[in-house]
Amino acid sequence: MIPELGNFLLIMAFINAIFLGVLSFIGAHYQHKGLMQFSKRASVSIFVLILASFVCLTISFINNDFSVAYVANHSNTQLPIHYRISAVWGAHEGSLLLWVLILTGWMAAVAIFSKSLPKPLITRVLGVMGFIAIGFIAFTLFTSNPFERVLPFIPIDGSDLNPLLQDFGLIVHPPMLYMGYVGFSVVFAFAIAGLLQGDLDHHWARWSRPWTTVAWIFMSLGIALGSWWAYYELGWGGWWFWDPVENASFMPWLAGTALIHSLAATEKRGVFKSWTVLLAILTFSLSLLGTFLVRSGVLTSVHSFANDPVRGRFILVFLGIVVGASLLIYAIQSSKIRSKANFGLFSRETALLFNNALLAVVTFMVLLGTLHPLIQEAFTGDKSSVGPPYFNLMFSIFMIPILILMPIGQQINWKQESMKPMLTKYWLWAISSIIIALAVVIIMGGIEPMAFVGTTLGLWVLAGCAKYVLAQASKSTSFAVGVKKISRSYWGMLVAHLGVAVTVLGVVLTSYYSIEENIKIHQGETVQVEALDVEFYDFKNTEGPNYISSAGSFRIYSEGELITDLHPEKRKYNASKMVMTEADIDAGLFRDIYVVMGEPLDDGAWAISVYYKPFVRWIWLGSIFMALGGLLAVSDKRYRQRRRERKQAKSETTSVEEGQGE
Amino acid sequence: MKAHRRNKLIAIIGGLLLLSGAVALILYALSSNINHFYPPTEVSQGKAPLNKTIRVGGLVAYNSVKRAADGLDVEFTVTDNQNSLRVQYHGILPDLFKEGQGVIAEGQLVSKTEFVASKVLAKHDEKYMPPEVEQSLEKYGHPGKKQSTDY
Repeated sequence: MIPELGNFLLIMAFINAIFLGVLSFIGAHYQHKGLMQFSKRASVSIFVLILASFVCLTISFINNDFSVAYVANHSNTQLPIHYRISAVWGAHEGSLLLWVLILTGWMAAVAIFSKSLPKPLITRVLGVMGFIAIGFIAFTLFTSNPFERVLPFIPIDGSDLNPLLQDFGLIVHPPMLYMGYVGFSVVFAFAIAGLLQGDLDHHWARWSRPWTTVAWIFMSLGIALGSWWAYYELGWGGWWFWDPVENASFMPWLAGTALIHSLAATEKRGVFKSWTVLLAILTFSLSLLGTFLVRSGVLTSVHSFANDPVRGRFILVFLGIVVGASLLIYAIQSSKIRSKANFGLFSRETALLFNNALLAVVTFMVLLGTLHPLIQEAFTGDKSSVGPPYFNLMFSIFMIPILILMPIGQQINWKQESMKPMLTKYWLWAISSIIIALAVVIIMGGIEPMAFVGTTLGLWVLAGCAKYVLAQASKSTSFAVGVKKISRSYWGMLVAHLGVAVTVLGVVLTSYYSIEENIKIHQGETVQVEALDVEFYDFKNTEGPNYISSAGSFRIYSEGELITDLHPEKRKYNASKMVMTEADIDAGLFRDIYVVMGEPLDDGAWAISVYYKPFVRWIWLGSIFMALGGLLAVSDKRYRQRRRERKQAKSETTSVEEGQGE
Repeated sequence: MKAHRRNKLIAIIGGLLLLSGAVALILYALSSNINHFYPPTEVSQGKAPLNKTIRVGGLVAYNSVKRAADGLDVEFTVTDNQNSLRVQYHGILPDLFKEGQGVIAEGQLVSKTEFVASKVLAKHDEKYMPPEVEQSLEKYGHPGKKQSTDY
């Protein structure tokens, strides 16, 4: 019964979404109060319906209802309860339902938290989101229905969740990432609604900004979680592989980062309007492209999802419709957009322009590298792939100007600044960054040119953040007063940029100074790996809830002193018979020591991998800072103030306060 | 006004120059970093270049995996059921590496019959077959069974 109920709720949501999509535009066009009210209610009710449907699927998993094909294929009676719940989004069908749930969640949030917006605009926004919802619910219902039954031969037991996914990382990584992917649909819907209406004033940027930032926060965390999960779960010691599916999430993130910056310029100065709108469209299009790449299996990737051509075609057609239609609307309506202010050559506008140009180029670079195998195959029929060296090299090259400009860009004023006095203030900071970087790379084990450049730039960005705080403080009577005057949104920017610096330092130092060695070791033996001594002192076979494990025990010594005791495992899962490596990691702020059981060799010895990874944690620590920066920016008081004013005004027309905090 | 216009023009032209330079750089780097895929039959026909990073792939032949007695060197054979190729690798093979399983190896051909892999890729999921391998099996080997759609 419960799966049928879930299916029914899904169909109800689908019908609602069709009404929402169609009636919203009619309502907004004729300014019909009832219809405009309806679109808000419908948005919330679609969310409730999908939520209930999602709960139905979850119940089927908890109850081990193997008559449902999806449950039978991805769960098992031995699977612990928390993994039975996270298995709901462990494969294609369920994760798509989660996707739809999050999309409708954003839609409901827009309907609820947008009381200050003009009714026709918000109705159109909801209408656009309604159309996106129609597409994705149809995709779920017609190609990937998670509620399909396997009757009459119900399996006695399920075939288990992929062991790689039986992990905390999987519980949190997809929901976070989807929040980001789908979150960009809000700014997209705002852009399309504004274009349709034909008046995109600077309010548009102001309303879209917090939504975009929130989506970006989730996306940053989602990507970082995925990277962290790959690092500890796959046992390769790597944290980013330029895999097509990773790129699929990285592209909308890059475009979203550019969007955040250009929205700032559009809101504050009314410049780059049409570019910002285009960027909003592109960012969400890249989200959809990512979905296509992941769900269609057209590219060889370690993330093996659906390998079903029907699904690929559906998403491709949907992608074509969305991108085609929105670009068409853009082409017709963008001439009505007028950007205002003039600005000087050396100004914050120019800095943001550079930021956007560089980020756009980086996005293009990743896009081209990711799609190249597809293009090549379409034209010549050859199979090929683009290796990490391309991405690593190109990404580093374009990051250099971004990082050089970052501290200066955050410091200069809008409109015009005189270049010389401003740059002279930075000499000392630049030189100290270089000297400290030199010291760091020497301590780390030798001067690698790229490592030196990267470290210098990381420190340079750090210095820029410190310099900014000092400069603001010096404008006031005392340090504390000056610091207090920095608004939340500026703190947000500083913390996010600090995060970039931390991530850059982590990436650079890990990449150049890691030690990775595969060794052969007997029980009782001690083998030297660079400055570490690895002792293999024990080996046991034990039994877990749904697997059998072979665990080795290793003591790691440095200069005769015990540093850590690690117990990596090799697990064989009962239901799927899959063998899975569980690395054991001694994590630290400045280095990780990482041991993986490789394979047993013929003479009773084991092949193991030992990794020494300096500063690897900084990569993810930086993303936490970036997310925190975003959070500070959205919590800025001008957003709260608007809400207060709204209460006072109690009118339906929007109240706009003067820009402040500059 | 005139100064503004001139500034704008400089900015636009400079920007365009930089952008086209960047795109040229990207295209150049891309062209020198493409790794082509060759099934064993095409390698034996001499279609694959020597000493250049390429990918080969196929099924791991049964009873072909041999480890060196005193180290981490390993050798195995990949086949598309018509021709096969010997692959050498130093290191630890991925969890899902098994005889009979589809794999892709990245590395260089040192001679027409010897491939030295720097990376061996087997997938997350035991049911998953890399599309390259699946197609080369269809082309050169017996028509492989289509993969199930539940992943």
